[in-house]
Amino acid sequence: MSITNFRLTTDQYDANFADIHPPFENLAAALVEANRCLFCYDAPCMKSCPTSIDVPKFIKQITTENIKGSAHTIFSSNIMGGGCSRVCPVEKLCEGACVYNLLEEKPIEIARLQRYSTDKAISHKWPLFKRKPSTGKRVAIVGAGPAGLSCAHVLSCEGVDVTVYEKESKGGGLMTYGIAAYKVTPSFCEEEVDYILSIGGIEIKYNQTLGENITLTELQNNYDAVYLGIGVGLARQLAIPGEELEGVVDAISFIYDIRSKGFSQVKVGDRVAVIGMGMTAIDAATQAKRLGAKEVTMVYRRTEAEMPCTTVELDIAKLDGCKIIWLAAPKEITGENSYVNQLHCSTMVLGEPDASGRRSPIETGETIVLDVDMVIKAAGQMAFEALVANNNINNQYGKVLVDANGGTNIPGVFAGGDCVNGGKEVVDAVQAGKDGAKGIISYLNIQEPVITNQY
Amino acid sequence: MADISSNFLGIKSPNPFWLASAPPTDKKLNVLRAFEAGWGGVVWKTLGTQVKNVSSRYSAVDYHGSRVMGFNNIELISDRPLDINLREIKEVLKEFPDRAMIISLMADNSRESWHELIKKVQDTGAHGLELNFGCPHGMTERGMGAAVGQDPEIARMVVEWVMEIAEIPVITKLTPNVHSVVPTGLASVQAGTNALSLINTIQSVTGIDLDTFVPNPNVAGKSAFGGYCGPAVKPIALKMLATIAQNETTRRVPISGIGGISTWKDAVEFMLLGASNVQVCTAAMKHGFRIVEDMCEGLNYWMEDKGFNTLNDFIGKSVPALTNWEDLDINYHIVANINQDKCIHCGLCYIACEDTSHQSIALDYGKPYNKYSIKEEECVGCNLCKLVCPVDDCITMVEQRKGDEYLNWKDFQRLGLPLNDH
Repeated sequence: MSITNFRLTTDQYDANFADIHPPFENLAAALVEANRCLFCYDAPCMKSCPTSIDVPKFIKQITTENIKGSAHTIFSSNIMGGGCSRVCPVEKLCEGACVYNLLEEKPIEIARLQRYSTDKAISHKWPLFKRKPSTGKRVAIVGAGPAGLSCAHVLSCEGVDVTVYEKESKGGGLMTYGIAAYKVTPSFCEEEVDYILSIGGIEIKYNQTLGENITLTELQNNYDAVYLGIGVGLARQLAIPGEELEGVVDAISFIYDIRSKGFSQVKVGDRVAVIGMGMTAIDAATQAKRLGAKEVTMVYRRTEAEMPCTTVELDIAKLDGCKIIWLAAPKEITGENSYVNQLHCSTMVLGEPDASGRRSPIETGETIVLDVDMVIKAAGQMAFEALVANNNINNQYGKVLVDANGGTNIPGVFAGGDCVNGGKEVVDAVQAGKDGAKGIISYLNIQEPVITNQY
Repeated sequence: MADISSNFLGIKSPNPFWLASAPPTDKKLNVLRAFEAGWGGVVWKTLGTQVKNVSSRYSAVDYHGSRVMGFNNIELISDRPLDINLREIKEVLKEFPDRAMIISLMADNSRESWHELIKKVQDTGAHGLELNFGCPHGMTERGMGAAVGQDPEIARMVVEWVMEIAEIPVITKLTPNVHSVVPTGLASVQAGTNALSLINTIQSVTGIDLDTFVPNPNVAGKSAFGGYCGPAVKPIALKMLATIAQNETTRRVPISGIGGISTWKDAVEFMLLGASNVQVCTAAMKHGFRIVEDMCEGLNYWMEDKGFNTLNDFIGKSVPALTNWEDLDINYHIVANINQDKCIHCGLCYIACEDTSHQSIALDYGKPYNKYSIKEEECVGCNLCKLVCPVDDCITMVEQRKGDEYLNWKDFQRLGLPLNDH
């Protein structure tokens, strides 16, 4: 047993990480699906989208071959509509609400249609938005993730000059660094960021970490307002013995490496245990398998009924051959010569519902032991509590507290996205960015942002 | 099994489905394939003085992802030598003696031309003639086709010439490019035609290429008005057919129904409105001759279900159900009902009624699904919501008569009854 890289050939890596939801090949194919859309009024799909994309309208626009209009409709509500079309868990959002589900028919492939229009816009670099003349106002945004970029785009449209401070060397945040490569490629993420920036008025300063290279005070002094879209980043520790052993990694850095180093460079074990059952756990497990791990076992302390990931995600893991052990809580990791070789889990039963409404797992006293050479922890991420607290920003366990306008307790400092909600979908962060921009515009006494159709 | 065999003016065919005079019937090869596929008869593509055609010839209207909802052509009559056509007709008759063989004709504008052409055609042993008074493009510029059909007196004259020499049944095909098909139909019947067929194609421009700005079909950067047909024209054809079936004189001759017939259901509708048989073209041009299989089977099962043994049991059955508007019963009143168990909350009924009709649907907002219900007191029973609803039998129209007795508009006025007050 060993943890190694270069397990597969280039062709094998490419095949394993190929697009899981291939796009429509051409207009004719997209039209077959677009024409199925009923064009619902006050559509359930639209109401189930956190950014309220006018889904029936953009699909109708595909049927009239008004692809520019279709892309504009999407981007007006969600400037990361291209990325979201790849990574959104649509089964619990727009597609899950499609009225065809009520007919026991396949829902409209909304995401795939959205990808059709947005891919065209991004690859042709269609200039669908025009900046208003500069107002002279300057806003600093920390974090070039979905929240920050969404906020930046709305602000720039309204004539605000935006500077984004990003700790990584690329924009996109978790879209770029935290999602399975078979859903969205790093190169697409770059194109998407470039497309967002093409409106002008937004400058990104890379490799700038808040609290290290820059301080909030400096930003407050140098800009008219500050927006924090710093996300969450710290992997939650299991707090069990053996976590320090070689071969125990957290899912965030595992996925980060896959996305930043290239598939062949990333080491993976023969027998891998993944702890957790959220979206990140699935992304880690499936990608460990696709990197060449012989056996991947997902361990979760509750049951399928309580799992945070969707059934669609679970199915991806199952189809990839990942084993699932329900009702097993990690208790101890043991090793030999400082390398992990076993994961010990307590067998659980479900007790009474807890504060989240989910039934709490209780130990039965029995244990199971898995022979492993790698353990990937995906037990959630924690907010940057110290950073937030050090800047005297009101927070709850590190999650920034904001008002309805996205404002923090510090005047002129706004926040949104994962750093506020603790970690939700990309599409939620995009909406938070829009909300924050609206709050900032109001704070700066610029007229309400009105995103109008130009076509 | 019902008997779907047809007898049109003594011309027998195993089913009432003929291929209309058009490209599918322009030569032996096609017609043999059609008969092998099971078509009951053909009307051979129009013979006359040989012409030359252009390229391209067709264009279409697509709708909501469906191709060829309407079809347009600028092809003229047969561009093949007359003697080859006549020889092939004889050969086909020999191979398929049980199928109807009608020859469409468009002679030059003289009695001699018509007589000469008819003599040659009758020598083939064909079963009947169809006079092409309807071709709306090209031939009209030469004073033929629709130019004849548009003037009842010219039509009368030509039919009289034809009847002087015809030894086999004569069908006169009417053009729809008139305000009413009845005058020409009437003139033709009075001149002695044995039957009528309708409709020919409708003059049209199907569309314009938004890149080249040239209307379709494009012939070296130019286009010309074409003849429109296919499913899109069916309602117009049915209306014209009905006017012929209602007229006291024209109804006395058999009618061959034409215009957008694609399925057995379409055919039944034409027959219910008085057509003794039907002619098909566009559907075959879109899908090939194999469509006749389902046309025969579907017609047969439907007749069995309805207890009809022969075609004559239902031909013309719906004609009496078409009346004048002023004879409709004003006391008849229906209101929509939404079956909440079937509703999928698409809101299409609501927005149609709210924006464009009578604001008779209540909306109860929900996330993500709204609830829609009918405001019965506002509903005028227009059918719009039911028509746009994507779920079968989700919206039904329930009868709520305004009065027990039959009351038409004439009575309504005579009695001085009140009009709407809002």
